[in-house]
Amino acid sequence: MSDPISDQTLRQTPLADLHRDLGGRMVPFAGFAMPLQFPSGILAEHNQVRSAAGLFDVSHMGQVSLVGDNVEAVAAALETVTPGNIIGLAPGRMRYTVLLGDDGGIIDDLMVTRPSPDNGERRLALVVNADRRDRDLAYLRQRLPGIDVKLHDDRALLALQGPQAAAALERHAAGASDLRFMASATFDCDGIACQVSRSGYTGEDGFEVSVAAAELVSVARALLDEAEIEPIGLGARDSLRLEAGLCLYGHDLNETTSPVEADLGFTIAKRRREEGGFAGAERILGELRDGPARLRVGLQLDGRAPAREGAEILDDAGRKVGIVTSGSFGPTAGVAIAMGYVEPSAAVSGTILTLKVRSRDLAATVVEMPFVPHRYHKKPA
Amino acid sequence: MSTRYTPDHEWVRLDGDTALIGISNYAQEQLGDIVFIELPETGKMLKKGDEFAVVESVKAASEVFAPIAGEVVETNDALTSDPEKVNASAEGDGWFLKLKLSDPGEFESLMDQEAYLAFLETI
Repeated sequence: MSDPISDQTLRQTPLADLHRDLGGRMVPFAGFAMPLQFPSGILAEHNQVRSAAGLFDVSHMGQVSLVGDNVEAVAAALETVTPGNIIGLAPGRMRYTVLLGDDGGIIDDLMVTRPSPDNGERRLALVVNADRRDRDLAYLRQRLPGIDVKLHDDRALLALQGPQAAAALERHAAGASDLRFMASATFDCDGIACQVSRSGYTGEDGFEVSVAAAELVSVARALLDEAEIEPIGLGARDSLRLEAGLCLYGHDLNETTSPVEADLGFTIAKRRREEGGFAGAERILGELRDGPARLRVGLQLDGRAPAREGAEILDDAGRKVGIVTSGSFGPTAGVAIAMGYVEPSAAVSGTILTLKVRSRDLAATVVEMPFVPHRYHKKPA
Repeated sequence: MSTRYTPDHEWVRLDGDTALIGISNYAQEQLGDIVFIELPETGKMLKKGDEFAVVESVKAASEVFAPIAGEVVETNDALTSDPEKVNASAEGDGWFLKLKLSDPGEFESLMDQEAYLAFLETI
């Protein structure tokens, strides 16, 4: 069994003591001590988020501002290292994008927000992966001359996710439940200034709440006092995002994968496809034209036995065609699910493949993701 | 019937020349929610220390090692559809398999419950 972790070497979020009070089993994650699960366990926490609401501490993630002479200049600069339509981002809106190297590999995946109200804001706000924060900061500073790249170490972040999240949050932050999916605004949350966005990493409706680190405990306690809300650890965060078909950097994405390979074509805006002019455009536009060498796919297994990261994927002739990058039992899906990269010929939905798990061969079918339908709060079409 | 334990958190319950084998309550607590258990075929001969089962929790796969040598004469097929039985009753309904012991004398070398509980205090 695992050794107790040495807390001295790990960074603590402002909620570390609260996690321990709640019985959280703390594990090292991206240099932080984070709760893997609480006493109810990963399955119960997963189901809690799908059926009611759950609160996640995501304070380990990096909150960064890009500040320039005006927000248009910042957006234009960021477009040199991302394939998204950042210039077209309206005030109070956010977008998922990828930070690209010159070879078209993904340095990080991140959220970019244009703050609102637009009262002379000269910045874009980013939320980046904890593991990639230092790499991102160095890269952005190198590649965006004239832009001040600020890390907000004094900010913390909560995610409140689930079908009952909006009703619960509304009692503390009046008006927050009016936000649309991928919109962001500031709210008074029980007297504390919060930046609230309607976004998340579970496939459910929900919010992320950025707050001064010193205020985090009081906001978290107020939300946990709500009957619908339970604390959720990293274990359920992983099973929820996997069912939602969302990538985890360092597993499903790394500096060799392009957004085309990762099936993140939606991050490559129409205007950018025509104009190019971003790091890695040569490879990425070439892959859009000619097809990539490999593709990220969803894999649904026949039973409960999971295939984990690193499992080889074989075709019906026994030839290796790819590798699993994430896999687990999907509590809501009710079967084992995985994602991985395969040759394009094996990426067609309905293809039956074999996953090598120890000495066993597990049958899996290529399926469209998400494995569990998203339930975001979008404006009716 | 008496139950003995290993430092790897398996238990062995002797009944004549056969024994029921499973993982301890401490082990299931550490593993968390169990979603799948891979068990050996009946008839398989196990040496002490052989990997004989894999327990998959939501988070990870863990191997289980034979605490004692013998032939697998029965496996707990209920665990195929209800692996959570191990979380609910690790040292009861959540048994893994029944072994016909090669050397019943090996049983005596394992920790009794008192020694196992004392061992848990040290980790």
